[in-house]
Amino acid sequence: MRDEDRSRSLPLLDRRQFVQAAVAACGTAAPLLVAVIRLPAATAQEASGAAGYDPTDHYYGMGIDIERCIGCGRCVAACKAENDVPLDASHFNTWVERYVIDNDGEVTVDSPNGGMDGFPPPASEGGMRRTFFVPKLCNHCANPPCVQVCPVGATFSTRDGVVLVDEQYCIGCRYCIQACPYGARWFHPTKHVAAKCTLCYHRLVRGLVPACVEVCPTGARIFGEVEQRATPLARFMRMNDVQVLKPHLNTKPKVYYANLDGEVR
Amino acid sequence: MTLPPQVPRLAIVFALAIAALVGARSFLVPASFGRFGHYRAVAVDSIAARPIHYAGRQECEECHDAIAAERIRGNHRGVACEVCHGPQAAHVTDPVNVQPPAPRDRAFCPRCHAYSQSRPTGFPQIDPAAHNPLKPCITCHDPHAPVPPIVPESCSACHGQIARLKALSHHVNLPCVTCHDVPQRHKTFPHAVRPTKPAERSFCGRCHDKAAPSSTGAPRIDLATHNPRYLCWQCHYPHYPETE
Repeated sequence: MRDEDRSRSLPLLDRRQFVQAAVAACGTAAPLLVAVIRLPAATAQEASGAAGYDPTDHYYGMGIDIERCIGCGRCVAACKAENDVPLDASHFNTWVERYVIDNDGEVTVDSPNGGMDGFPPPASEGGMRRTFFVPKLCNHCANPPCVQVCPVGATFSTRDGVVLVDEQYCIGCRYCIQACPYGARWFHPTKHVAAKCTLCYHRLVRGLVPACVEVCPTGARIFGEVEQRATPLARFMRMNDVQVLKPHLNTKPKVYYANLDGEVR
Repeated sequence: MTLPPQVPRLAIVFALAIAALVGARSFLVPASFGRFGHYRAVAVDSIAARPIHYAGRQECEECHDAIAAERIRGNHRGVACEVCHGPQAAHVTDPVNVQPPAPRDRAFCPRCHAYSQSRPTGFPQIDPAAHNPLKPCITCHDPHAPVPPIVPESCSACHGQIARLKALSHHVNLPCVTCHDVPQRHKTFPHAVRPTKPAERSFCGRCHDKAAPSSTGAPRIDLATHNPRYLCWQCHYPHYPETE
């Protein structure tokens, strides 16, 4: 009864015809779907500026020894010169903060002009419990929130563990600046794109260290490979108790601090 | 068995939509997008191709080997050339026409060596207002192999933080050597040869025990019962002792 009703309203295919039609349809659509999805083809083609540089051989991080930082701000000045960062007091790839903890435990943090011109004397010397400098920069997280929120794929982690911004592809929406828990990103006032520390990627591919590491006069910044065992950074992590900033956020930062005070955020 | 007429019509519409999507995607999505991840692979190339400004100390040392050899023996052995001379990649490519600056005015050296309490203990610091205020630093100090022109007599040359705190404290009149034995070699090898610290409670007791002969107004305690487990400086900071 019911079969007859249905056959009147719809021209039914039998099972064989249906399967044949379905296979034919899939066969036609598959190449189109592949073209649409465009699975990332891991080709051997090299994406690097220098010949002989293989990004898969590297995985970069940085160590910072708070006990060695003298707050001279040479790293800030060098970074600005090397990366053409605007020289005003609100755009920094790296900057130095001064922490002053007084005898009541009150914490004061300042960074006048990023520490580039030095620090004026603090209010009272006798009333201080402790005071120290903390250099900061992009943590080049292994699990970067800024990359996660980018709506267009303009910011990304390279295969050697550096978080970069594609200036030609960035639409300037500033989501990544909001997402970074370390305040490491800034908006370029003339290019109108997000900007940040590149770990001097253009130097790394030439076998040089980042400019801030090159000029640090006390060796407070240690640059190197996170995953290899015989590198300056590996030795730094072996010889010191290291911490990362805001570990509870699970961003897995790759800037490791030695002798870091618990008050540092 | 024939298909109803709307099915082929819909199929055409779908095929056109998919074709339009594929066409628009191949037109809009950059060629290298997705090669290594959700980004344009060629962006890495353009970032890697940016010019460098800091040449790196190895480049400097290829020509300036005499200065490099001098520097490596001195206290500035860890200080790269471009810390003071600025970014010099242009000088490396054109050594004749691009000459590096050499900072000679007194404002430059204090960027590292002016006294700041936030600087680590032992880092050499001076008060620029009091330390030979009219002389350029390079009159007495060679920046490539800096040593104090005379081996420091006063401890405050390096221990400025302690000296300034002590100046505010009740211990202001005690010279450092009252409590520390300072080997002469500590002044030239500060990390390898260390001064001593008082190792016995009786040392502080010479002034602060209730039976001490001292006639000053120093606070007195009973050395036998006052927390005998500890050395005095394990609780009290002798450079700035609490006053209550």
